Amino acid sequence: MDAQLTGTYLNEPPRTQMLNRLWEFQRAKQYISDADIITLARDYQISEIEIEGIVSFYHFFHRKPAGKYTIYLNNSMTSHLKGFNRILEAFERETAAKAGSTDPTGTFGLFLTPCIGLSDQEPAALINFYPFTNLNTLKIRDIITQLRKGVPVEELYDMPKENIHYTTEDKPGIFFSDFKSGSAISKLVALQQNGVINLLKETKLSGRGGAFYPTWMKWQAAADENSTQKVVVCNADEGEPGTFKDRALLHKVPETVIEGMIVCAYAVGAGFGLIYLRAEYTWLLNRIEKALQRYRDKGLLGKSCGGITNFNFDIRVQLGAGSYVCGEETALLESAEGKRGEPRTRWFYPVQKGYLNLPTVVNNVETFSAVSRIIEFGTDHFRSYGIEKSPGTKIISVSGDCKYPGIYEIEWGMTLGELLDKCGAEDPYYIQESGPSGTVLTVDELDVPFAMFAEFFSQHIRCGGALTIFNKNRDILEILLNYADFYKKESCGICTPCRAGNYFIERKLGRLKNRLANKDDIEELKQWSIIMRHTSRCGLGKTATNSLINTLDKFGDYFDGIIEQDKSALNVGFDMEAAIRDYEEFKN
Amino acid sequence: MAKRVNITIDGRNILAEEGRNLVEVASENGFFIPSLCYFETIDPPLGTCRTCTCRINGKFGPACTEKVTEGLTLEVNAPDLKDMRKALVEMMFAEGNHICPSCEKSGNCDLQHMGYELGIAISRFPHLFKDRLIDYDAKRMIMEHNRCIKCMRCVVEIKNDDGNQIFSYQNRGNETYVGIDYKEEKKLSREQAIHAMNICPTGAIIVRGESYGLPFGFRKFDKKSTRPDYGKPIHNNNKRKGKPAKKTIATVSLAGCFGCHMSLLDIDTELLDMVELISFHKSPITDIKEFSQRCDVGIVEGSVCNDENVETLRAFRKNCDLLVAVGECAIWGGLPSMRNSIPLGECMEEAYLNCVTSEEGNTIIPYHKDLPKMLDRVYESREIVKIDYFIPGCPPDAQHIWKAVKNLLWDENYSILYSEFKYD
Repeated sequence: MDAQLTGTYLNEPPRTQMLNRLWEFQRAKQYISDADIITLARDYQISEIEIEGIVSFYHFFHRKPAGKYTIYLNNSMTSHLKGFNRILEAFERETAAKAGSTDPTGTFGLFLTPCIGLSDQEPAALINFYPFTNLNTLKIRDIITQLRKGVPVEELYDMPKENIHYTTEDKPGIFFSDFKSGSAISKLVALQQNGVINLLKETKLSGRGGAFYPTWMKWQAAADENSTQKVVVCNADEGEPGTFKDRALLHKVPETVIEGMIVCAYAVGAGFGLIYLRAEYTWLLNRIEKALQRYRDKGLLGKSCGGITNFNFDIRVQLGAGSYVCGEETALLESAEGKRGEPRTRWFYPVQKGYLNLPTVVNNVETFSAVSRIIEFGTDHFRSYGIEKSPGTKIISVSGDCKYPGIYEIEWGMTLGELLDKCGAEDPYYIQESGPSGTVLTVDELDVPFAMFAEFFSQHIRCGGALTIFNKNRDILEILLNYADFYKKESCGICTPCRAGNYFIERKLGRLKNRLANKDDIEELKQWSIIMRHTSRCGLGKTATNSLINTLDKFGDYFDGIIEQDKSALNVGFDMEAAIRDYEEFKN
Repeated sequence: MAKRVNITIDGRNILAEEGRNLVEVASENGFFIPSLCYFETIDPPLGTCRTCTCRINGKFGPACTEKVTEGLTLEVNAPDLKDMRKALVEMMFAEGNHICPSCEKSGNCDLQHMGYELGIAISRFPHLFKDRLIDYDAKRMIMEHNRCIKCMRCVVEIKNDDGNQIFSYQNRGNETYVGIDYKEEKKLSREQAIHAMNICPTGAIIVRGESYGLPFGFRKFDKKSTRPDYGKPIHNNNKRKGKPAKKTIATVSLAGCFGCHMSLLDIDTELLDMVELISFHKSPITDIKEFSQRCDVGIVEGSVCNDENVETLRAFRKNCDLLVAVGECAIWGGLPSMRNSIPLGECMEEAYLNCVTSEEGNTIIPYHKDLPKMLDRVYESREIVKIDYFIPGCPPDAQHIWKAVKNLLWDENYSILYSEFKYD
């Protein structure tokens, strides 16, 4: 997929092209060679080890050929629910490649990757970054046979379906109705900068990436910054396993996202925009680029945006390269600058010093989309949805054990039980909200509403955008181990509690799995999780153990059933047979 | 001069310069906050090691990435914070392969120093024993990846005259390590290379021909704590009246070198006391092989590397009221655990088949039903049975052992001097 990356209104230093250059090499010969590294080091006047560091940070960059057809099979929990092991076997059999390598001829490379944003259509895989959904063994055989015959991937792939549902089917929501380009921009001059920010304040719009920071406050802070150049960044690095709401927005109504960014640029006085799109959504790149081009053609992007004098603004799309932590805003900025995606400290906030040290607003796809709709329809329309303290709607990606997985645009205030009924949840037992970094809910919490802010201190679910349903037959420990493995690999690796902590947690869960753990182990798991939560550098480490802490609290009976009850000091869970097995085998 | 503003540290009002780094201000005012990645000249601060985590205006955060502002409140010494910071340093010990007795930096190592200051006898986390290669390929220096704590100091601080980085993080997650650029490293001057070695808080960067530059024994962190409040020696507040009851001790050396037993003998004149107060039961000292009575204290030296060690340790647990792990091997595996990152088969081949002293064509890997069976890896004693106390050192200081034993047997108050608490 070779979409042209175009348009910049900021004199970006050459280094910001780093990921694009690496992608060129990767696409040209399916890997990045020593010579490529030397070329880049020379071009950018930096040491080779620094380039190596960048390449090895992103898991879609390879230092060895990754196959003419590079297959990335999703390894997240929703894939496991739908028979991951069978699918992996089928791929291995058909391609003759073992997971993590290529077949001897170098035709197929088979790799595992965390959530690719297709949880409602699992099992799913990407082949040369084209999506293939609802896989089964026969389908895989067919795909591989066709590829061997030389049929191009672009003729074989499945365009993901967007199954969109609303609170009540006769009252469509806010986000997905047809959008006429320019309908928000045309109102900007009348509103003026303050007017835009006031509208956001009235609607209580807050960050839809899941942190729910009031959008108007962020924009106001950026507007107040005294700088000739400011930047608007759209975070389209939707990596939280089980989340695919931004996919639906970028797929169906990319114009609302672009227009939201333009509104933001107008409000804060920015001249340059950046959409950081995760590489898993490469199949959406063309669509976004085309939409951007239409905006430019209509005069809605570029010099005098929308005919507003002195308002010059353009947007560039930056493709990621496989890293969950780049969804963290400061890691995203580092990555966009062509570096390793390591989160920054809070020495400065992005609105003070963000992209290239310029004041930067970073918002989620859904936030920008909501902005367009608020300006388009006005606040009353927006506030006619939802509840007093949480007006509007929220897009939730529902997947797992339910009849109707897909996108649910719900009104704030809907209860968990209502949503579960609506999506046809089958015997729900372990309900994961906002992905592994969110909270775990049980059937005791069916009456709890989704809301941004609590009404009268009652319990509420502050859902960032995903609901993954597991039924009673699923093994909780398997889920937790999958999460632990995910965080262990996706941690950026520079802060101690996250890099080492996730590793320790995985080891401890391994003891539980081998039935060697006792009550003390459970207690330690809790304590370690809390240490990680309080001491990690960024949101990844702080939230990595959220689900674990929740599960230990809410599913105590389950753990009582799998731990060693013997409390004598002699038994600390040592498996002698396993320990001498290596020796016994070796003597033979 | 910058404006001076009021801040509160642990309830104490302090006047400090606005915008200054909180870790420095706290330390100047006598508050000890451990820190490893923090280095005065690096700005903005790195905030990678997280060992300076405090409560800042009620929120958890590292003090090193915080600036002094009017009205700021900093909480340093709350019990939960102390425990958290200790846990972070313990994490580093468990994550890397830190073998102090064989490390060039021992005595001058910031990580070890933090361990001493925080009184870490054992890490609460399981040692990971991750297999890491040592990089000998650079011309001037050796990268000892086992010891690296990924603090980022060298990554941002060390550049050659071309302005290029020598070090850079590689990979991510648990596979992260600091890579070295061979081409750029060659261009470093001797001074720059030594600076890299010195700025490293552990012994991960070793410059060839320079690491033993200072004479042995000249070690920064051996004698005195840098903390003003480090446990002052408490004189034995002997509460017992008359002659104490005689107690029985059992000792054993599992996979170890008997060095800890040797150290016991170093208690010198107090040996006379000891003979009066203690009788040894099962122990190499008495050569008693089997337990025939219950013992008050069992002293365990060495790690667990075969099934006979497991049986012995279990027998000790059964027959002793209290078990004390003495020395690094018993505590976390120590030197024997160096094999833990290598598969057992490879170890055996190296030891019995391909060893330089083995005769060609006349080699065998011993296996007999009467011989102990090797375990897949070396285990810590606490992985097999519950251990009540841990005395660190390789070997532990004789006084440390003796004070601890007296305390366990007769409840004597004691305090370990800074100079008695060592890992090497």
